[in-house]
Amino acid sequence: MAEVKASMAGNVWKVMISEGDSVDSSQDVVILESMKMEIPIAAEVTGTVKELKVKEEDFVNEGDVIAIIE
Amino acid sequence: MAFEEQHQAMRERIEKGGAEKYHEKNAEKGKMFVRDRLNMLLDDDLNVEDAFFANCVDESLPADGVVTGLGKLNGETVAVMANDSTVKAGSWGARTVEKIIRIQETAMKLEVPMLYLVDSAGARITDQIEMFPNRRGAGRIFHNQVKMSGRVPQVCLLFGPSAAGGAYIPAFCDIVVMVEGNASMYLGSPRMAEKVIGEQVSLEEMGGAKMHCSVSGVGDVLVESEQEAIDYVQKYLTYFPQNFRTQPNEHDPVEPGQFDKTISDLIPENQNAPFDMYELINRLIDNDSFCEIKREFAKELITGLARIDGKSVGIIANQPRQKGGVLFHDSADKAAKFIQLCDAFNIPLVFLADIPGFMIGTKVERAGIIRHGAKMISAMSEVTVPKICVVVRKAYGAGLYAMAGPAFDPDVTIALPTAQIAVMGPEAAVNAVYANKIAVLPEEERQEFIKEKHEEYKENIDIYRLASEMIVDDIVEPNNLRGALTQRLDVYQSKNVQFTERKHGVYPV
Repeated sequence: MAEVKASMAGNVWKVMISEGDSVDSSQDVVILESMKMEIPIAAEVTGTVKELKVKEEDFVNEGDVIAIIE
Repeated sequence: MAFEEQHQAMRERIEKGGAEKYHEKNAEKGKMFVRDRLNMLLDDDLNVEDAFFANCVDESLPADGVVTGLGKLNGETVAVMANDSTVKAGSWGARTVEKIIRIQETAMKLEVPMLYLVDSAGARITDQIEMFPNRRGAGRIFHNQVKMSGRVPQVCLLFGPSAAGGAYIPAFCDIVVMVEGNASMYLGSPRMAEKVIGEQVSLEEMGGAKMHCSVSGVGDVLVESEQEAIDYVQKYLTYFPQNFRTQPNEHDPVEPGQFDKTISDLIPENQNAPFDMYELINRLIDNDSFCEIKREFAKELITGLARIDGKSVGIIANQPRQKGGVLFHDSADKAAKFIQLCDAFNIPLVFLADIPGFMIGTKVERAGIIRHGAKMISAMSEVTVPKICVVVRKAYGAGLYAMAGPAFDPDVTIALPTAQIAVMGPEAAVNAVYANKIAVLPEEERQEFIKEKHEEYKENIDIYRLASEMIVDDIVEPNNLRGALTQRLDVYQSKNVQFTERKHGVYPV
């Protein structure tokens, strides 16, 4: 089980996955918006999305868990 | 026994290193014997070895636990010191330290690169009076490293532990290659940490290769095996001259690899959308010539050696795919050391800017982002090697300055046609100037107003306007960028400047 974490503080702009989806390690799971930039957050592991912890427009801090992948 | 036989027997005994059980233990961990490492690293074996007989009267300490000498690597002479961890865990006695100091002195006299193959438990406490405090005690090793820094390349291959004081050997090197699982650096062991501060932590967590290469930044290159470390160092040294007085060797020019997408296809028009900067780098450099430093650390900035048309260059590039390419304290710190490394050894620098600025907020202020940013700008300012600034997309705010913008005396500022240079991006600027006005506008007029102001702002910072004002020296079509860099690097070869006259600056470190 692996946690996908926010690499920097920002708003969740787009959520690209749903719980139960299978994802590839290079696949982006969410795109944050911070410093006016789109910040893609990749899954970094291949597996199934067990839990999605954010929704669009949420604010996340660096290190916050975005999703759990099994 | 005749003296020849006696001599031969002693030679064989010393060459074997420590007891068989330590060889076996090392082999289990994927660690090679010190003489095998040297054999793999160098073109041949060591050509000359000194103090082979150090401490030979004590049969338990062959070569006193360290091999020092000179050999050839890529056809050029290098000096090496290599710990033998089969001899008292590679610990330092009085003669170990003296051997290391002497090979450093030799490297300085000959002005050849110094390689440190580190695998040592640290000082032999039983020998402390002889090896620790005196003028030629262990402190002199570090003093010498500082003196050699920038004079000859200093490379550390970290194959095992480097504990306590020993951890400063890697710290003073230009580059530290760490083997995952075996290499570690720490001032106090986990046992000591538990005793002194009540912390329960594993060695890997506290001082392992992965941690140092991705979190602390003390390590530069994370590899999986000793062979991989050796391959990396052999490649790394091809970009460097023997010392600061000479130029890096030129290699045969190689065309970049073949790609489906051109540079124009690659770069999104939307300034805020990410793209992978590695893909741009690969289209600019000779195929297979990228030798990255600190790949795992502060990934929003890429630093690496490469060749363009056969010539060594140092590349510093913002990575929009990571943290939007925003500069952080760690990325600024990473850049500062890389810039110094290239400048010290006559390697021209190419800055590829696509940067929204420096990060803001409490977290980075507490981490000293201003001082780390100042350090990067200071290092970049002082560079006397050819310095090329390419504005790939955006260069906003102090980001323009940090990436060798026009005020920092680059030899040229090149922009791609879609580049934007400004104090801040259109969204932020319109918000800063018109926030009050936008707030009082009727809801239905707001979007229209903002859009209009965005367009006005974009016109104001249009790159052709900046070229007209001679802020950028040239606008180059993306697919001609490699050609432009090749020409520039060729004509700037004779650059000969002194930054300023003084003893040395007071650096914001």
